[in-house]
Amino acid sequence: MKLLLAFSRKGKTDPGREPVIARVVKETGVLINVEKANIDSMAGEMLIDVPDKDADLVRRRLEEMAVTVRVMENAVVRDEEECVDCGACISVCPQEVFSFDEDWRLRVNSERCVLCGKCIRACPHGALSQQG
Amino acid sequence: MEKSLDLINARIRDGTARVVTAEEMPGIVDELGEEGALAEVDVVTTGTFGAMCSTGAFFNFGHADPPIRMERVWLNDVEAYAGIAAVDAYLGATQEAESKDSLYGGAHVLEELVAGGTVELRATSRGTDCYPRRSITTELLLEDMNQAVMVNPRNAFQRYNAASNATDRTLSTYMGTLLPRCGNVSYSGAGTLSPLANDPGFRVIGSGVPIFLAGGEGMIVGEGTQHSAGGGFGNLMVSGDMKQMRQEFLRAAVMNGYGVTMYVGVGIPIPVLDTGIVRSTAVRDEDILTDIIDFGTPRRDRPSLAKVSYADLKSGSVEIGGETVRTSSLSSYRRARAVATELKDWIERGKMELALPTRRIDPAKRARPMRETAVTPRVRDIMNRQVISITEDEEIRVAAKRLLKDETNHLPVLDGSGALVGIITTYDVSKAVVTDGKLQQVKDIMTRKVIKTTPDEPVDIAARKLEQNNISALPVVDATNRVVGILSAIDLGKLFGGRRRR
Repeated sequence: MKLLLAFSRKGKTDPGREPVIARVVKETGVLINVEKANIDSMAGEMLIDVPDKDADLVRRRLEEMAVTVRVMENAVVRDEEECVDCGACISVCPQEVFSFDEDWRLRVNSERCVLCGKCIRACPHGALSQQG
Repeated sequence: MEKSLDLINARIRDGTARVVTAEEMPGIVDELGEEGALAEVDVVTTGTFGAMCSTGAFFNFGHADPPIRMERVWLNDVEAYAGIAAVDAYLGATQEAESKDSLYGGAHVLEELVAGGTVELRATSRGTDCYPRRSITTELLLEDMNQAVMVNPRNAFQRYNAASNATDRTLSTYMGTLLPRCGNVSYSGAGTLSPLANDPGFRVIGSGVPIFLAGGEGMIVGEGTQHSAGGGFGNLMVSGDMKQMRQEFLRAAVMNGYGVTMYVGVGIPIPVLDTGIVRSTAVRDEDILTDIIDFGTPRRDRPSLAKVSYADLKSGSVEIGGETVRTSSLSSYRRARAVATELKDWIERGKMELALPTRRIDPAKRARPMRETAVTPRVRDIMNRQVISITEDEEIRVAAKRLLKDETNHLPVLDGSGALVGIITTYDVSKAVVTDGKLQQVKDIMTRKVIKTTPDEPVDIAARKLEQNNISALPVVDATNRVVGILSAIDLGKLFGGRRRR
C-alpha cells in the first residue's frame, strides 16, 4: 500500500531533523520502500510503499511522530470519457503503469504509480489526473 | 480476373458485397491466395485516428439584420480567417484563443460544435454602405450555421517518422514528450490499417472518392499540401459535412509545450478490382518501414537513429544503438479499428457506395523545402573572434585578473593541447573567494559540462541554448574542439540592431 507522508520542520512539535523513516523501520521491523521524496529546509513530502498488512502499524507510528499520512489508493486516475486509448502515456512513465491489453485498450496499473506527474503532462487529452 | 466497380456497387446495393477491414485482409490472402482473395473480397476498409494539426472548417453564419461584412471573426475567442466574403470564416484547429488561461484552440471549438454545444461568435467590421453594421456578438449551435464544411489540407499521411531525443533534456514536440538520452520513442499511424499504406500507388485513392471523416461521410479533394508520395509521405486533402460528425471521432488535444491539435478519424474504402489491389491491401505492419528521427537536432534535416517497422513500434519497444527503448503511440489503434469497422458496416448496409478517382494523385511527387531568399544568420557572422581564454592549471587569481583586465565575464578553459575543457565566469571566481580559499586552480572551479556552439549553427538555435540554460555566453568551437570565438548575449543584440538598420 502506498502512503503519502507530509511533515513540517518548523514547529516545536514537528519531527524536525528526526529520522522518522529509519526510526519506524527500526522499531517495527517493517521494510519501507521510499519511492519519492522531496524534502527542503521547511517541510517534506514522501511517498512510501509498505506491505498491506503492516500499513496500519506504520501509519500509527508515523502519526505519533506528527507526520501527516494519506493512503493513496488510486494514485493516477483516468477519465474514460476523455481517453482515446492512444498510449502517449506509456513510454513516458518510469514505473510502467500503462500498457495495452489485447484489444489495444489502455490498461492502468495504478498500484505502481509514484506520482511523478509525467503522464499527466504528456496526455494530449487531459484524461489523466492525480487523486485529489 | 478483374472486377468492375459497377459490379462491386451492385453487390453493395443488394447487400451481398463482402467487406473486410485491412487488418483481416493479409490473413485472407494467405489462406485463399491472390486470385482467391480477389474472388472473395469486394471492399477493404481502412482507418486511422490520430493527431492531425491540419484540420479546420469553413462556416457560413447567415446574414444578420442590419447586415455585417465580417472582417475579423472569433469563435469562443479563437480567431477564424474571415477574408472570404461577408459572413464566412475558416477556423483552423491549431489557432489558439487570445485570452483563455489554459490552452484552448480551434480544435476545442470544432469539438464543442460537433458535441452540440453553443459557441460564441464575435465579429467586427469597418461598416460599408451595403453592410452598415460594425460589430456583432451571438451564440450559435452547429445546426444554426448554413454550412459547416470541414476541409483538412493534409490528413492521413502514408507514414510518419517516429521520434526520439538524443539530447540531455526532455523535449516537448508535436510528437509528444520525448525523454532525454533516447528514453522513449513516440510514433503515429495505424500501420496495416492506415489508408494510404493500403494503396501506395494511388490507384483507387484520388479526387472524389467517398470516405469516412470523423463519423460522417466525406470525400477526398485531392493530394494534400506537402504531399510527397515519392518519398513515402503522401497525404490527402479531405472534406466533409461537420453536421454529420461525431465527437467520438473528432477530439481536441493539447501537446504539452507545443500547442493545440485535433484528433481526427479518417477511413477510406478500397474496391478490390484486381490482384494488384489484393497485394497492396495485404500489407502488414512488418512491411511498413519508418525511421526513428532524433528530434534533439533542431534542424529541418534530422538524423535517423534507426529504421524500424510498424510491427517493431507496436511491439512496445525497439532497439536503438543496442539499447531497448520503450515506444508510445500518439494515434489510437483501437479507435483506428473502430473507424475501419464502422466504415465496413456502412458499406455492408448499403449506406455508402464506392467511386473511382475523377482525377489521379501523383504517386511520385516530392515536396520541396522552402526557398529562403534571406540568408539565415550563422554564429560565425556575429561571434566575437577575440577570445580571451585561460588554461586549467592557472591559479584562480590569474583568472580574476584576466576577467577584470579584459572586461569580460566568461573565460573558456583550455587544456595543455588547446582544446576546450571547461568555462569559468566572474561568478565562479567570486564564489571561490568567499569559500575558505582551499580552491587554488582554475580546474577546481570551472564548469566542465560546457554548453557550446559551432560557427555554422544558426543564430536562432544558439540563442535558444542561451535562454534554455539561463547563461549569457557560448564558446564557439570547431570540429576539433578548439575555441574559435565566443558568442554572448551582447553579440545577439548587435544582430537585431543590424536588422533594424536594414
